[in-house]
Amino acid sequence: MNVPAAWYLILAAVLFGVGSFGLLTRRSALIMFMCVELMLNAVNLTFVTFSRTLSDIGGQASVFFVMVVAAAEVTVGLGIVVSIFRRRSSTSVDELSELKG
Amino acid sequence: MIGATYALASILVFVTAALLILVGAVGVITLKNPVHSALSLIMTLFGVAVAFVAQGADFLAAVEIIVYAGAIVVLFLFVIMFLGVDRKEHVHVEPLVGQRAFAAVGVVVTVGGLITLMARSHWVTGAMSVSTKGVALASGQDNVKQLGTAVFTTYLFAFEATAVLLVIAVVGAVLLARRERALQSEEVEVEA
Repeated sequence: MNVPAAWYLILAAVLFGVGSFGLLTRRSALIMFMCVELMLNAVNLTFVTFSRTLSDIGGQASVFFVMVVAAAEVTVGLGIVVSIFRRRSSTSVDELSELKG
Repeated sequence: MIGATYALASILVFVTAALLILVGAVGVITLKNPVHSALSLIMTLFGVAVAFVAQGADFLAAVEIIVYAGAIVVLFLFVIMFLGVDRKEHVHVEPLVGQRAFAAVGVVVTVGGLITLMARSHWVTGAMSVSTKGVALASGQDNVKQLGTAVFTTYLFAFEATAVLLVIAVVGAVLLARRERALQSEEVEVEA
């Protein structure tokens, strides 16, 4: 018998919270991407937990697609970071303020 | 009471996974050196893989290690070292006054709300899925078989769409990371 689903759901909620706190407070674009990965993993954990409790493979299939989208997102995001770094010699998001009104 | 109902082993596995996940996640957001953050992220991903195995999602656990820890984090490390930003960031400086306090309040409200929802409401009926006709999810090789069948039948269109998405991502990343001098010389060649 496995542990109750609520334990895993609470763990996922806390992981999501840690990730969003990092996203809101850190200023290096690279660390912010890592925090987005943390939040995506929290959601994946929730999907797998509900997949187990409801006995539906759809949850695991969703995690599969989330992983693909995460890989695509990181590829494009890091490409943007590299091209910004070429121009600004910094990955701090505070210095990208030309568009402010 | 809970310890009596559930096997000690599954509790141990859960505690191990939770420790790996939370220590790694806190490391990601507190460590100053981006390289250390990336390594800490690997720890979290291993914890998530442990949680996946404990819940019978064997294929996803393998993918978690191979794709996330193996490819995505290596891509992060590659970019960190390529850019040479592996020096310490001043995490104690707070450019926006009260940013951390507001972030903490927002996060506590969000997580508290999620946990309250989980505890108080019945937004999941607990009824078994009709699509699997009550067949329990398997683990091991059968899990791969079940997931493969689902992805290549029910979710076939989404699967094909991810192929397009990945091609777009690769082309976009190459375009973004290409040097502009190469672009200009190419334009000259086209004009000539």
